[in-house]
Amino acid sequence: MAQEVCGLKAQLREKEEEIAALKNKLAQLEKSRAASVELHHRVMPLTPLTGKAALSNEDIMRYSRQLLLPELGVQGQLNLSKTSVLIVGCGGLGCPLAQYLAAAGVGRLGLLDYDEVELSNLHRQVLHGEENQGQAKALSAASAVQRLNSTVECIPYHLQLSPENALQLIQQYDIVADCSDNVPTRYLVNDACVLSGKPLVSASALRMEGQLTVYNYHGGPCYRCLYPVPPPPETVTNCSDGGVLGVVPGIMGCFQALEVLKIASGQGSSCGQQLVMFDAQDARFRLIRLRPKQASCAVCGENPSVTRLVDYEAFCGSAATDKCRKLNLLSKEQRITVQDYKSIMDSAEPHLLLDVRPLVEVDICHLPSSLNIPLSSLEERKREHLQLLRERVSQLKHQMAGDCQPPVYVICKQGNDSQKAVQILEKMSGSEVDRVTVKDICGGLTAWARGIDRTFPQY
Amino acid sequence: MSSPLRGDGGAELLFNGVKKHPVTLPSQSEPWDMKQLLVWIQRNLLKERPELFVQGDSVRPGILVLINDADWELMGELDYQLQDQDNVVFISTLHGG
Repeated sequence: MAQEVCGLKAQLREKEEEIAALKNKLAQLEKSRAASVELHHRVMPLTPLTGKAALSNEDIMRYSRQLLLPELGVQGQLNLSKTSVLIVGCGGLGCPLAQYLAAAGVGRLGLLDYDEVELSNLHRQVLHGEENQGQAKALSAASAVQRLNSTVECIPYHLQLSPENALQLIQQYDIVADCSDNVPTRYLVNDACVLSGKPLVSASALRMEGQLTVYNYHGGPCYRCLYPVPPPPETVTNCSDGGVLGVVPGIMGCFQALEVLKIASGQGSSCGQQLVMFDAQDARFRLIRLRPKQASCAVCGENPSVTRLVDYEAFCGSAATDKCRKLNLLSKEQRITVQDYKSIMDSAEPHLLLDVRPLVEVDICHLPSSLNIPLSSLEERKREHLQLLRERVSQLKHQMAGDCQPPVYVICKQGNDSQKAVQILEKMSGSEVDRVTVKDICGGLTAWARGIDRTFPQY
Repeated sequence: MSSPLRGDGGAELLFNGVKKHPVTLPSQSEPWDMKQLLVWIQRNLLKERPELFVQGDSVRPGILVLINDADWELMGELDYQLQDQDNVVFISTLHGG
């Protein structure tokens, strides 16, 4: 008898251990399924989002601190679970936006970005980590967001938003957030939102400033009502040229999250006919009253001329990326390669190397023998800089035998500004300075770092 | 008549990086309007590359003009008659993200 009891007890223990092991295995599988989100390379039809009929005990605990707000309450939380939000761009704005929307319990998040994570993104694109370099930003953002809240459905899109796919995609979402980084995409997203009747929560940031407006919302203006004509491409500065302090898009992305959550929960946004301007230097927000919806607007007006999506790169005269444009202002004879310059340097041939970047960039890195005169100083013919140039050219002339023209090689970061500088110096040559032979170093310091000196910093 | 002018969003870079410009406009028999102010700014504050600021007789696309924290479209744009101490801001639309 006692032996039988002992045997049964041992058997039970064994079974219990087996059950525990199975439970553990299941939990791990479920966890990894939640963490591994499938990357979409094209727009596919989604199943309708049903949302929650009631909050579970776990929901109540998770969202308790915001459920306590009379502005949100249970109904607001349920509304969030029924809302889908498309985030266009998983960069400096999109990361904090996605993070707060997922944390707050939005039902479905579409995360779109055509780009991959780079080291120079990490100071502001805070969902991506060092181990995500080279990974699609949409996937990296989705995995981070799923770790935060596995109950939010995340759909990462690794694709470029285009006139061909934008309508099909945007029609499937309730609210769109523009976190993009270029002008053509901003017009494309606006038009697609107007044509499919979706509110557009739009923000932007550069250097130490941010701007936010909700477009196409409750009869208010759209982006085109405010900006019927795109800006000339040469007046547009992107983050890789102008720089940006990471926390500035961070603040603006959080602001976008706030407005999305107010719209999704049913409280409504007050930024429909308002521009929020943030000046990080003065730590100041300004609220600007905007014009109403314009009867003459090309897309949301009374007689719209834009009734389907158009070619936005042609309309804006620029590409739908924030990558730097490559200028081609000079002839082949006016340019040399970094390899050419390396042999000039090695042969100790007398010459002047002119670095035309702004001082703040020269402080980051520069070639040892270069003279720095920023392009803007050349354009404005700054007296002290012209004097310096004259002295260096005449020293060089003195140093060289005969009456040859001293060679001047011009360098900058990417090889765009240096071409402009060559054109200016050619005009100055023989009048404002002694006659010189001016040549551009193709591709600038970036090409130098890639082709000649791998230890030279890139930024 | 005096009026504080301001450039933001990169528009300050057109004015040598200076954001605030308290200006006193010479007195004239009729009140100053925005059209005249733009001409005055071009002649007195913005000698370099005016094409980055004006196009025709208005501001170039991508610059939003604010008068006392309101879009100038609400105030009559070029025809708006300036009052003493009006606050005029030129902002460059930002596109980065």
